[in-house]
Amino acid sequence: MSTMIRVDDLGVRFGSFEAARGVSFAVEKGASFGIVGESGSGKSTVLRALSGLNQDWSGKMEIAGVALGPRRPKDFFRRVQMVFQDPYGSLHPRQTVDRALSEPLEVHGIADPEPRILRALAEVALPAAVRFRYPHQLSGGQRQRVAVARALMSEPDVLLLDEPTSALDVSVQAEVLNLLMDLQERRNLTYVMVSHNLAVVAHLCSTVGVMQGGEMVETVTSADLRAGRASHPHTRELRALSMELEEP
Amino acid sequence: MSGATAQSWRDWLLTDTPASRRQAAWGRRYRLWRDFQANRLAMGGLVVVVVLMLASMLAPVLAPYDPGIQNLANRLARPSAAHWLGTDELGRDILSRILFGGQVTLGMVVAVVIMVAPLGLAIGCIAGYFGGTLDRVLMRVTDVFLSFPRLILALAFVAAIKPGVTSAVFAIVLTAWPPYARLARAETLTVRGTDYIAAVRLTGASSFRIILRHIVPMCIGSLVVRVTLDMSSIILTAASLGFLGMGAQPPSPEWGAMIATARRFILEQWWVPTIPGVAIFVASLAFNLLGDGLRDVLDPKQR
Repeated sequence: MSTMIRVDDLGVRFGSFEAARGVSFAVEKGASFGIVGESGSGKSTVLRALSGLNQDWSGKMEIAGVALGPRRPKDFFRRVQMVFQDPYGSLHPRQTVDRALSEPLEVHGIADPEPRILRALAEVALPAAVRFRYPHQLSGGQRQRVAVARALMSEPDVLLLDEPTSALDVSVQAEVLNLLMDLQERRNLTYVMVSHNLAVVAHLCSTVGVMQGGEMVETVTSADLRAGRASHPHTRELRALSMELEEP
Repeated sequence: MSGATAQSWRDWLLTDTPASRRQAAWGRRYRLWRDFQANRLAMGGLVVVVVLMLASMLAPVLAPYDPGIQNLANRLARPSAAHWLGTDELGRDILSRILFGGQVTLGMVVAVVIMVAPLGLAIGCIAGYFGGTLDRVLMRVTDVFLSFPRLILALAFVAAIKPGVTSAVFAIVLTAWPPYARLARAETLTVRGTDYIAAVRLTGASSFRIILRHIVPMCIGSLVVRVTLDMSSIILTAASLGFLGMGAQPPSPEWGAMIATARRFILEQWWVPTIPGVAIFVASLAFNLLGDGLRDVLDPKQR
């Protein structure tokens, strides 16, 4: 297996505030890497720097061996896509599902939009009737499926997931997670998933990085995490908290 | 069209599962139209606007007299069977002049709107989207234009170029765009930071495409409303310029200019200046009602 994503000594500052510093991790092709931490620990910041939304960072980042600059070429956005936390906010309120899905095709000049859109809808298990609906006519789970379908339109290798299930209720969460796992298997996608929910991350990801105060304090495999073999106190704390929530 | 085919058309438009993009788009338009129709006042405004526009366009056919023909033997005549709205100080038929004047006045309004809305929209969206220095420069320029009273600035522009309809149109455009730019910028600022714009940026779309296809549609609703509400003040500015002799030049029958030349007869022959005033009033009111209705239909927050 080859390394798909490599992040080395990543630092992000907002003015005088250091949102992330010295973050390093690597993800193999076809694998999933989870980033957990409390709100404000810098996990989303890392993801936004990696996606190119935040251009103000220091350190080194590579996708498939190619170093990334602050401004990304168009081709980068074909290979790397992102799914946002809030499906109510990540779809344009004035655009139908059809428009949302055809946008990446038009930008990258990909031919045959019609069959591709229908196939994408089928792939995320949405009925074709949804195609000309507006986001406000869809449920939260359906919207997140549309967002996933949109991210897959340009056939990326890497999907960045920013808490993709935290705005959904529990049963829908499981649906979307299973969809993501299916898609990964089918398309050999590489995932980086950010979440504050340890159970969700351990379910989807083989390796987990724990962040606290802008630093990645520990990287453990989910097997070790489940077995309670974490060394850093913050990881143990998070684990204990999530156990407590699951078994009241 | 028979009842059955009308019904099937309606079903085709209102279906929950359109088969093609074209059908979905027409269905959307039909729904907007239905919402708009439900508003009686706004429909009234629309009807009046359409009637005024048609009447002015068909003025050569509808007008009983040539608007320039003088008859000094019959000046300042009361409304009568021969001259429905009377005659002015040179014996010209006022009805004919109102009809032909509509071409000038409404034509000016349309020309101003066609230029001012895209100009304000472009400046506002660019300033709001890019931010930083560009935003500051554009907004200070906007402030400079905003800080002058509209009519005075327009007067200065016309006087600097040369009095006439074309320069009046450009003068009004130059003075009317700042509020549109401000409005578009404010809308852009609220939209710019949203996840759906971030998602579009992540498709690799150019800034131009993002602004044109994703930000402008969010601003257009409030802008259309603002334009229709502004129509009346554009008519009034055009009329004021005509009144001050800086707009349409005699003998061209512009509504404002008609009031200006006839104002000395207001006490004895009141109908001469009053009739063009009524025309301006009716047109302004109709545009205002239309704007109100459009806001109800287009504003997503009220749905």
